[in-house]
Amino acid sequence: MAATLAAEPITGGFSFENCRRNASLEKMGIKPPTAYKTGTTIAGVVFKDGVVLGADTRATEDTVVADKNCSKIHYIAPNIYCCGAGTAADTEMTTNMISSQIELHRLNTGRTPRVCTANRLLKQFLFRYHGYISAALVLGGVDTTGSYLYSIHPHGSTDKLPYVTMGSGSLAAMAVFEDGFKAEMEKEKAMKLVRDAIAAGIFNDLGSGSNVDLCIITKDKVEYLRPYDEANLKGVRQGNYRYKKGTTAVLKKEVVKSMFEVVKTQVKTTKPESMDTT
Amino acid sequence: MEYNGAAIIAMKGKNCVAIAADRRFGVQAQTVGTNFQKIFEMGPRLFIGLPGLATDVQTVFGPYFVEPVIAGLDPKTFEPFVASMDLIGCPMVPDDFVVSGTCSEQMYGMCESLWEPDLEPDDLFETISQALLNAVDRDAVSGWGAVVYVMISLKFLTKKKTRYKRH
Amino acid sequence: MAIAGEDFSVIASDTRLSQGFSIHSRDLPKTYKLSNSTVLGACGFHGDVLTLTKVINARLKIYENEHHKKMSTTAIAAMLSTMLYYRRFFPYYVYNIVAGLDDEGKGCVFSFDPVGSYERESYRAGGSASSMLQPLLDNQIGFKNQQGVERLPLSKDKVVNLVKDVFISASERDIYTGDGIIINIITKDGVQEERFPLRRD
Repeated sequence: MAATLAAEPITGGFSFENCRRNASLEKMGIKPPTAYKTGTTIAGVVFKDGVVLGADTRATEDTVVADKNCSKIHYIAPNIYCCGAGTAADTEMTTNMISSQIELHRLNTGRTPRVCTANRLLKQFLFRYHGYISAALVLGGVDTTGSYLYSIHPHGSTDKLPYVTMGSGSLAAMAVFEDGFKAEMEKEKAMKLVRDAIAAGIFNDLGSGSNVDLCIITKDKVEYLRPYDEANLKGVRQGNYRYKKGTTAVLKKEVVKSMFEVVKTQVKTTKPESMDTT
Repeated sequence: MEYNGAAIIAMKGKNCVAIAADRRFGVQAQTVGTNFQKIFEMGPRLFIGLPGLATDVQTVFGPYFVEPVIAGLDPKTFEPFVASMDLIGCPMVPDDFVVSGTCSEQMYGMCESLWEPDLEPDDLFETISQALLNAVDRDAVSGWGAVVYVMISLKFLTKKKTRYKRH
Repeated sequence: MAIAGEDFSVIASDTRLSQGFSIHSRDLPKTYKLSNSTVLGACGFHGDVLTLTKVINARLKIYENEHHKKMSTTAIAAMLSTMLYYRRFFPYYVYNIVAGLDDEGKGCVFSFDPVGSYERESYRAGGSASSMLQPLLDNQIGFKNQQGVERLPLSKDKVVNLVKDVFISASERDIYTGDGIIINIITKDGVQEERFPLRRD
């Protein structure tokens, strides 16, 4: 019985097992739990030698900050990275899945993966789910044919642009890009522009916050800067809130020595002794 | 989540980690039991807390109505580890603490003020207990005492298990 | 949020005004000085807050002209209750907290629901982050869940520091709390104002 309960699906795709059960639970007045969302500001620009991607680091659950320093720039391939906005689990799993497909593709072909390949895989995957997978992505990378930047919407439409923003803070960030973007920028200029765009989202959009992460991809190098800039520091506490020992009333106390776990096994061969034939 | 009610916190300390949960089992506003297990020992120095729909807590895994909290010590290095997930499995691994349950806002408020880095096991116990107890007191569907597990990794490998109830 | 002390009371609010995911103002205190011994804290639908404070101030002036004296904090609280209940079926969308000194010079805090139910308390948190602030006040001021601790009355400095700390915590986790706080300290000498910055994201 336990084995059937804990069985994981062997086939691909999602499980819809609880579909009717959850619908009837909802009818009974049970609210389903909420998933983390990345309210998010994500952005990217193409510059002279490559691509700069940027993201904030706040994950929200309704109006509460669930994670103050989450990572929104996901790895796809050594030369391709992808920023994600939307439902946190969707962006995480989608980029993971495409990353593994790209890696298999690389092993099959023996070539450096191209950004347009990742873009097509992502858009076809998202289109298949009609927008129910809420992942809004900014895909960037450098391959043998040049530097590319794509924005991918949850329904599967994509754009190839020199500068893009996504997420709830996209308007604030785009305002900065529209003001400051120039073609063929130097790396430092591009980094500053993306930082300013993300910071605009952090300060002016309540769904975005905390720090700025940057990822700079060039032909022969990837710099993942996390955090690149701590836009907000936590306030310094004025008082001390340590309790005296024994402040909490205790009913029962038990000390258990935990079992040791086998972490490493080693097999050693001893010197062979010659047989005694005397 | 609101159907049964629950509150779970996990916190990091200095060479130790703690996980705490309330004890109430209720069906909406009615309390049915006051010694419900919400924290499960998954292995040596590894605990998992499951707030959410009680039937799913006892069945576990899959896309069920639970938001798990994980606390443990690394089997090799004994580094403290805490993590939480939303119901579809988006993981979150912070440096300080994680909370989950019906009074998560209250728990966030408490932990954000009380927690500090490098707490010794005894201080960690007081901090996590006070954070949980005061949070559940402002939530109608969780409470009735709590159970706290503190895992310590000193040279000797022990795990302290403490249980207490509201007076 | 507000805390009442022995011979003082403290009422504080953050200064962010927001709607949905955007910030309207970073410097808009939600505390309103009504007299030298009373301060009102009001949050919710801002248009109603403005109307309500305007009406309260008018009523206070009428009272002063009729009776040749200032209205006491307890009387203001009672008046606010009737004003809110007057609109029982189409209420102002406002949560109120009144803090000040009572007739004996002791600190007092009154908290209200939008339709006029009110209660005198020694501490209260209201607004979007209230569920984050309240348990800490229970613990630190009400000494809840603590055994063997001395229940000393809190000093003014300690209360002000506690106020700053709970707002620091709330601004970490509540997206609607931030930018700065204004702390009003009410003593027999009048209302003293202190400002303190918070994170701005």
